[in-house]
Amino acid sequence: MQVLRLYLRSPSAVIGLLLLLLVLAAAISAGWLYPRDPLALAGRPLLWPLENPRFPLGTDNSGRDIAAQIFHGARISLLIGLVATTISILIGITVGALAGYYGGWVDTLLMRVTEAFQTLPNFLLLLVLVAVFGSTLATVTVAIGIVSWPASARLTRAEFLSLRSREFVQAGRTLGLRDAKLIFGEILPNALPPVIVYASVVMAIAILLESALAFLKLSDPNVASWGNLIGIGRDVLRVQWYVSAIPGVAILITVLAVSLVGQGLNDALNPRLKGR
Amino acid sequence: MKPILTLESVSVSLPEGADRPHAMEEVSLSVAAGEILCVVGESGSGKSMTANAIMRLLPQGVTIAAGRILFEGRDLAGISEAEMRKVRGAGIAMIFQEPMTALNPLRSIGDQIGEMFETHTRLSRAEIGARVLALLAEVNIPEPEKAAKAYPHELSGGQRQRAMIAMALALDPRLLIADEPTTALDVTTQAQILTLIRDLQRRKGTAVLFITHDFGVVAEIADRVAVMSQGRVVETGSADAVLNAPQHAYTRQLIAAVPPLKAPPPRPLASEPILTMAHVSKTYRTGGFLGRGQRVTHAVKDVSLVLPRGATLGIVGESGSGKSTLARCLVRLIDPDGGEIRLNGRDLAGLTRAEMRAETRNIQMVFQDPFASLNPRRKAGELVAQGLIVHGMARSQALARAAELFALVGLDPAATDRYPHEFSGGQRQRIGLARALALEPDVLVADEPVSALDVSVQAQVLALLAELRQRLGISIVFITHDLRVAAQVCDLVAVMKNGEVVETGPIGQVFGQPQHPYTKALLASIPGQGFGLSRDLAAAAGQA
Amino acid sequence: MRVLALAGRRLAASIPTLFLILIGVFLLLQLAPGDTVDAMMAQMGGGDAATAKQLREFYGLDLSVGAQLANYLWRLVRFDLGFSAIYGKPVATVILERLPATILLMTASLSFAFFFGIVFGVLAARRVNRWQDTLISTLGLIFYAMPTFWFGLMAIVVFAIRLQWLPAGGFEDITVSRSGLSRTLDIARHLLLPTLTLGLFYLAIYLRIMRGSMLEVLNLDFVRTARAKGLDETRVVVKHVLRNALLPMVTLIGLQAGTMLGGSVVVESVFSLPGLGRLAYESVVQRDLNTLLGIVFMSALLVIIVNFIVDLLYARLDPRITTGS
Repeated sequence: MQVLRLYLRSPSAVIGLLLLLLVLAAAISAGWLYPRDPLALAGRPLLWPLENPRFPLGTDNSGRDIAAQIFHGARISLLIGLVATTISILIGITVGALAGYYGGWVDTLLMRVTEAFQTLPNFLLLLVLVAVFGSTLATVTVAIGIVSWPASARLTRAEFLSLRSREFVQAGRTLGLRDAKLIFGEILPNALPPVIVYASVVMAIAILLESALAFLKLSDPNVASWGNLIGIGRDVLRVQWYVSAIPGVAILITVLAVSLVGQGLNDALNPRLKGR
Repeated sequence: MKPILTLESVSVSLPEGADRPHAMEEVSLSVAAGEILCVVGESGSGKSMTANAIMRLLPQGVTIAAGRILFEGRDLAGISEAEMRKVRGAGIAMIFQEPMTALNPLRSIGDQIGEMFETHTRLSRAEIGARVLALLAEVNIPEPEKAAKAYPHELSGGQRQRAMIAMALALDPRLLIADEPTTALDVTTQAQILTLIRDLQRRKGTAVLFITHDFGVVAEIADRVAVMSQGRVVETGSADAVLNAPQHAYTRQLIAAVPPLKAPPPRPLASEPILTMAHVSKTYRTGGFLGRGQRVTHAVKDVSLVLPRGATLGIVGESGSGKSTLARCLVRLIDPDGGEIRLNGRDLAGLTRAEMRAETRNIQMVFQDPFASLNPRRKAGELVAQGLIVHGMARSQALARAAELFALVGLDPAATDRYPHEFSGGQRQRIGLARALALEPDVLVADEPVSALDVSVQAQVLALLAELRQRLGISIVFITHDLRVAAQVCDLVAVMKNGEVVETGPIGQVFGQPQHPYTKALLASIPGQGFGLSRDLAAAAGQA
Repeated sequence: MRVLALAGRRLAASIPTLFLILIGVFLLLQLAPGDTVDAMMAQMGGGDAATAKQLREFYGLDLSVGAQLANYLWRLVRFDLGFSAIYGKPVATVILERLPATILLMTASLSFAFFFGIVFGVLAARRVNRWQDTLISTLGLIFYAMPTFWFGLMAIVVFAIRLQWLPAGGFEDITVSRSGLSRTLDIARHLLLPTLTLGLFYLAIYLRIMRGSMLEVLNLDFVRTARAKGLDETRVVVKHVLRNALLPMVTLIGLQAGTMLGGSVVVESVFSLPGLGRLAYESVVQRDLNTLLGIVFMSALLVIIVNFIVDLLYARLDPRITTGS
């Protein structure tokens, strides 16, 4: 409750929340506002926005309704963002917690692997994964989750390193608590807030990664993805620039919303840092 | 004598939403040239705020609401920021509690001292260099040339504080404000720094405003004393008057809470040992590459000690002496490299992790920091019940027992469902004590349990500990850096230095007739010995 | 010299990392549907099984995975990255042709992002919670939330198509042969938009980190000491805060070198730059796995080199690193 009150006190956090609700509303309403397949032919190609009232945002090169693609694209972006973030954070927390808590060779080994993942450009690894496993919605989502965990692992590890030597953890140990209880019962709840805040960064990056992949025509071509639409619009950029411009704004709003909410959460969870 | 600095009814207001409207209320003080005024008080008394208000370096939102701050006749509260900058450093200089963080870690010592001259004078580079070396020599830093080139992390704590003093005195300020300048230092270093400050002050005739919480330090250095509480000055007077004939009830209470250095008459001790340490060692190896250039630290070196049943064994020493490492070896938070730790005849050092987990019901620990030692996300009752639950008691029963333990340590049993942050420091330390006692251990290892507490709270916790020891017959290993506290609590004492025990024996004997030169030096370094003595004599006379 | 020894040690420690990456990616690529020969056959418009078998033997693709890996690593030790069947050249040659554009783009973007990140971060921190801070922070958030390729496209629409100030793509004007300064200027003109496109995202990150770092350092004790010495705010910031606040920024360069290289894939595609990133994209599309593996090696090497430089830089900034405590 305290956190919610602090959160609502920041105007930018409230704007972020409203934007996120807007995107969420678009995703939810896509089904009954545009019940037809958004990738099906809808009308004359390359209609400018508002040129025909049936297509408030116009149509693309092959006559598909841009508005329908934007609404359905919200579903895809949020879905990929949420699932990929969950995968990435779960891997990150597990690796970071084990490395930070046990230290020694466990830490060395896990950090070597983390380092390897960070040394390899994440988008390049994403390309390799897509090249190997194909570009269905599921593989792309999992691949994004796999390439973006190292930072959250490092963050969790740093939290664990500082918390494990804290006196309350030592006290738990002197009481006879097992490692599992110390990790999950004592340390993790205290390490979680910054990781949860960081999840918003991961989600923003996941959405951006998917759109970039789709733009390069390497994501699932059978779903309405904003990145796909930007890629399609590229062919008519010279004159009908709106085909690329509109989905870009949608991505911008979504990522902005996620970032603002993350920042608001951060300020609400660490009130000490606010207003400095 | 004409005062250099006078505070006339200065009030400093806190931003809205703080726990009280004012950090300082109508504070009036004055310091004259060649005089040391000690401002003494507990945490939250507003003593540090006084220093910040004089320097006009208040945190955002905190403002001087009323009053005048007259420095050499000029009201600092009213002058412009640019004028104030000319006063800072040149007219009034300041030294701080923690010399490590008070110095910029990325710039050399000489560079940072030289900055004083660069800011306030037009001296040439060469002249500044020469002045810096002279200053470093003046504060008795060995090898000034080397120290000037060194970075803060390359000096010891005492040397860093000397460098800070050199910096503060660079421009011969009329007033020096020292904000707890020895609190972060070891007792022997503290004694040297106090001597240095007094010598320099006498020689230069500087006025000193010395802020401290420690009455021993006050007795050592003060000419005059101002006692602060809750943002107000409750008593001022000469050092002698305030220390030996305090007028205000609060001052009296504070002074009574300072433990006397003389140990009470010895208690009879059992001959049967409960905890025996034999040749306990712990060595750390850091850095190095493939065995080359490795640094080896003997944190604990061949320590053998005996704790008789029901007794309290004090382990005293300065930072880095290995006393905390030893304490952690006893409860196996750290695994010793060698030696035996026999509790009731069973060697703890040889147990597996699982066996040690079961053994924890016989040996428990109390930690130093009342804020860090309690998980902020668990309720107080849960924290106390945790050990019981781990060792097999049903949850509801354990929570009921926690309420009983709350009563035992003098807390409200109804407070078990509050979170740690809702308690004060002293109360939190009581929760820590209840948690350790929940398992009814034979031995309690207390690692600096009262060091983070204000002196009056410290006295209450020590009294509680003594009472519990009497009632429960518990044996205690008591780690402390504070020899006054050790004198009051311990039956036996071991003095540690660089990982080794240099002297051990009954406390009255060790403190009364110290044998080892280090013990002698340690005892001689305790500030305000005379004050303690005269007060103890007075107390003894009163009893008679 | 201790600095060099220290950074050298870190460099040596990254060799196992490099091998870990190569082995991992090599094994991963074994799972790919179809190999280079399939891709070649497809490019040749099909062929019979016998030719395919011959080709596989020629490229050593008929051996066991372990043997292939061993072969590959052994050739790598001799700096032989293999042969690109698609480009008909050794992979090393293909990569070296593409390297300059990417290095130029990365250096330019990084310098742009780092420099302006510091400037705007400091400005925002000095005016914290006032309109200047709000403006800078908001712009930063927008740059951060913008997909880079989309910004690139929009920049092309505005500056290349509408205003016709700058070229829409390419590394240099190949219709005219230039040399010396005029060629340099031409390349600079071509790289202006790509640099901006790739750099803005990182500018947003750097300015946010710099702002936060400044605010944190401003709260430290030694800043109070500096003020108590009578320094004015400008000198406090320049002489005490800035260098301390830079430390996390420098660390960030090392951590993000990889991400930035990944970002160049997209930007190079948007601006048709003949760089490493676009090569990576092309080899994925054309299933030129040998080249892809070579790019993985080269990128990892680049990231390791950047980190080596970052280590040296950090040690110069922070004396605690070399004299160790």
